[in-house]
Amino acid sequence: MSSAPRRTPLFELQHAAGARCINFGGWEMPVQFTSILDEHNTVRTACGVFDISHMGEIFVSGPEAFDWLQHMLANDLAKCPVGSSQYTFLLNERGGVIDDLIVYRLHDDEFLLLVNAAKIDEDAAWLAAHTREGAVIDNRSSTMCALAVQGPASPAVFRAVFGREIPERNTFVALEKCRGAVIAAGTGYTGETGFELFFPNSLASDIWHSVIEAGATPCGLGARDTLRLEMCYPLNGSDLSPDRTPLEAGLGIFVALDKPDFIGREALLAQKGAGLPSRLAALRMTVKSPPPRAHYPVLADGVPIGETTSGALSPSLGEGIALAYLPPDFAKPGRKLEIDIRGRSFEAVVEKKPFYRPSSKISA
Amino acid sequence: MNVPENLKYAESHEWILIEGDIGTVGITDHAQAELTDIVYVDPPKPGTPVTAGQPAAVVESVKAASDIYAPVDGEVIEVNAALASEPALVNTSPYEAGWLFKVRLANPQQLDALKSPEAYRAQIG
Repeated sequence: MSSAPRRTPLFELQHAAGARCINFGGWEMPVQFTSILDEHNTVRTACGVFDISHMGEIFVSGPEAFDWLQHMLANDLAKCPVGSSQYTFLLNERGGVIDDLIVYRLHDDEFLLLVNAAKIDEDAAWLAAHTREGAVIDNRSSTMCALAVQGPASPAVFRAVFGREIPERNTFVALEKCRGAVIAAGTGYTGETGFELFFPNSLASDIWHSVIEAGATPCGLGARDTLRLEMCYPLNGSDLSPDRTPLEAGLGIFVALDKPDFIGREALLAQKGAGLPSRLAALRMTVKSPPPRAHYPVLADGVPIGETTSGALSPSLGEGIALAYLPPDFAKPGRKLEIDIRGRSFEAVVEKKPFYRPSSKISA
Repeated sequence: MNVPENLKYAESHEWILIEGDIGTVGITDHAQAELTDIVYVDPPKPGTPVTAGQPAAVVESVKAASDIYAPVDGEVIEVNAALASEPALVNTSPYEAGWLFKVRLANPQQLDALKSPEAYRAQIG
């Protein structure tokens, strides 16, 4: 990053709470408060709160908004009624991933796109370059905050803060008469029951303190990364890229090839017809090894066949886990492979996704 | 931060305890606090030569792998086997149970180039 990292409106509060910060996608963000392992376990067993205000909020509205987003996004918005949300992709013409995002349908003709921090400008530029009359793009990323509150105790936190039940998975409520304009959604990136809040910067301090007083523990991006990796949720820029399609990433269920038209559809159909060149496989170390990390070579019987895109020692499982794009023949569960860690080979096996199944529910 | 009086320190945050021609090496309390949760230690093999200022071991936290540098030249004669099953000893007991490896000193005069506890305290502020 050449320019100084940006800070969210919650930076000072988190700094005061003991946050240790790193640069993430151009933002100075907490990587941990006390311990990544403790924060990870807190989310798996109780409730943690993550500042995700670095993520982008792009609103799209107008009479053409639905039709235009059906063209711009890979999933089928017709299956996303008002009050619900959907995981989807912005694809390039080659079917590669520009960004993965959640779209929240606020009204018939108004949508909120929650996009990755490092991609806000690129997404906004891509949308603007393809704009259409009757669809208005309003990028409110710099005036909105977001918190993710996750873990089996998060329903109780929600009740304490908002005096009502937590929204169901993939639905949301607009709490316009409660603390101002808060969108409360049953979404998350940890696999646990939880909710995410989107609200104007002016409410940052009030809402942060409310969820902490209700029992949520501040957590950093370090735990967010190990939590999402145990669930095999991809991280754009690591596990997703403009050179890989959602089909290769194993995320085809979020791509509506039966829609008549969207950017990248032709390329995806062609790829599906020709056979996928690679698949994103979930690898688990079967021997004691250093933690696998991104960009380690993956070998089959000593021959390099790919490299890891993410990796960690899974705090929940106590074993090394990783993701890697591999030739499809090598990406089948049960296939024994090796990961090269600093010049030494360690045995691994391809697993079914996800690595971890939370006790606290969820079907999505 | 704890900086014991009986040790010498490298600028790269290793400590060494000298007993005759044997040096016991570990990382400082400051270093373990900076690295945070240590989940794996990759020690050198006994019999390996190490060189002052060169990587000799790797300590891995949840987020990153960090090289640990040999404070002196020598030959590794023992590694802390307890760390294989309990790497967090480096966090909980950096100067005692969490030691990393022992070396037979090849050039004892190199110890003069290391820092005193006072100088190391000044370095980490």
